[in-house]
Amino acid sequence: MSRGINPMRTIALAVLAIAMAASLGAGLLARHSYAEQFRDAISAPPSAQFWLGTDELGRDRFARLLYGTRVSLVLAPCAALLSTLIAGLIGGAAGYLGGRWERIVTAGVDLFLSLPWLFLLLAVRALLPLNASPVTSVAITFLLLGCLGWAAPARIIRAGTRTLVNSDYLVQASANGISRWRLFWRHLLPNLRPILLAQFWLSVPLFILSEANLGLLGLGVSEPLPSWGAMLRELENYSAVLKNPWMLAPAVLLVVIVSCLQLLLRTEEGAPC
Amino acid sequence: MIARLLLRQARRILLTVLLGGLLGATLVRLGPGFGVDERELDSRLSAESLQAIRADGARDSNIASFYFRYLAGLVHGDLGFSRSLNRPVAELLKPRLPLTLISLGYGVLGGVSLGLTLALLTVWHRAPGVDVVPAVLSGLCLATPAAVIALVFLWLGGASRWAIALVVFPHVYRYAKNQLAATSQAPHVMAAQARGLSSWRVLWAHVLTPAAPQLAALAGISVSLAFGASIPIEVICDTPGVGQLAWRAALDRDLPLLVTITVLVALMTMVVNSVADVALRAWRPGTAE
Repeated sequence: MSRGINPMRTIALAVLAIAMAASLGAGLLARHSYAEQFRDAISAPPSAQFWLGTDELGRDRFARLLYGTRVSLVLAPCAALLSTLIAGLIGGAAGYLGGRWERIVTAGVDLFLSLPWLFLLLAVRALLPLNASPVTSVAITFLLLGCLGWAAPARIIRAGTRTLVNSDYLVQASANGISRWRLFWRHLLPNLRPILLAQFWLSVPLFILSEANLGLLGLGVSEPLPSWGAMLRELENYSAVLKNPWMLAPAVLLVVIVSCLQLLLRTEEGAPC
Repeated sequence: MIARLLLRQARRILLTVLLGGLLGATLVRLGPGFGVDERELDSRLSAESLQAIRADGARDSNIASFYFRYLAGLVHGDLGFSRSLNRPVAELLKPRLPLTLISLGYGVLGGVSLGLTLALLTVWHRAPGVDVVPAVLSGLCLATPAAVIALVFLWLGGASRWAIALVVFPHVYRYAKNQLAATSQAPHVMAAQARGLSSWRVLWAHVLTPAAPQLAALAGISVSLAFGASIPIEVICDTPGVGQLAWRAALDRDLPLLVTITVLVALMTMVVNSVADVALRAWRPGTAE
């Protein structure tokens, strides 16, 4: 089916490509390090030296935004990949094997899904060290998202696998005596690819938003490493935001990027924009 | 039929409590500070008192007995003891739970009403451009973290419960719009319209009623979403509810408190789901699960 050129899709792709390129080229675009403090320019307004001004510790907000974007845009897909892999393994096996395995997995998925996402994240995050180094805190945050975000995709993948297992061509292949492994790798997995891809892309914006919420609550990436969530904490100072509206830049960028991802998903699903 | 469904739902809830309790007990055991009692540092305590404290701690060293004590406590209303706030969990929850439930009630009702109304408007009035504003509004709310929505409400001086409504609304709107659009294009609806039935009658009897099971399923999803959103919203808006308590427990690494709250919230979500399911089956006995 020819999808044709959808202008909204093209714009969304262009915005995402620019954001990704800018974040990967942060070292070239930013004039300062994200952690370097300029004590004579605390909370400075935008200037030729600091394009988005500085924060209350005198750090270049533009550099922090670029590096923060890199953290979210690179690591959220990694976490989504991990959760899709876990979901594929659990949901795929349950759908393929059926019977008792399917019932156990369904019960586990139901239990996971009955726990509100942020409560679950908070409970497991509290188990892990809170005063970790910045790099460890990034790893913990995104690993947590990847390891806990499998339940909803697993349910869809299980249902998709079940449908495929009962399809005529697989029944035929099975009747022809093809081994279970070959059946799984050659016939089932390639047909599951669209479902896995859809679940992957659904998870990316969810994880970006979850990191932002965790960061704003002080349970995400540790200072001085920037992330969108950590940068949003500045917004709690309402009077400062009123005087310095450029402080809204991380929030605006976050909303734009997540909107673009949602838009891409909707156009993939064939829904009108 | 209904009795069998009730039994099945009760079994599901019981299984959740058992599994959730086991998961919770395991998390508490793995958590920092487990098995350490700071009272042992008190130099005023006699050797007998220290012995009694150690004996009490030794009972928890066996995971099976720890789990059974934990579950028995839950059954008898003993929700554990918060180490960070030095008070029983039940006592901490008592004033906070009603506050959160009221916020959640308003938020879910507001979000579902707004989402359903806009979905109906979009699907029923097919004039070009009708869906632009709802689509943009829902897209914006969907792309904004709950914490940022709460910040906006804080700046504007709005009640935090309406921030919950804005978190719930886009999910309801998109799902309801898809369901209603699919139902409104069914052959029986077109036939009803062709026979000259009034718009309201077609909408009520041939669009809304067949889509009711799918729309009722939104109740459980909305409650779960609202509970999740209550954490950042209560923290940002400084509402002394369960969400804020969970956040403080996470920062203080008070796992007994956090796990109990999580299991309770999961239980409430499942009960709402089950009630919606049973009510729907009682209303329309032929509805598939």
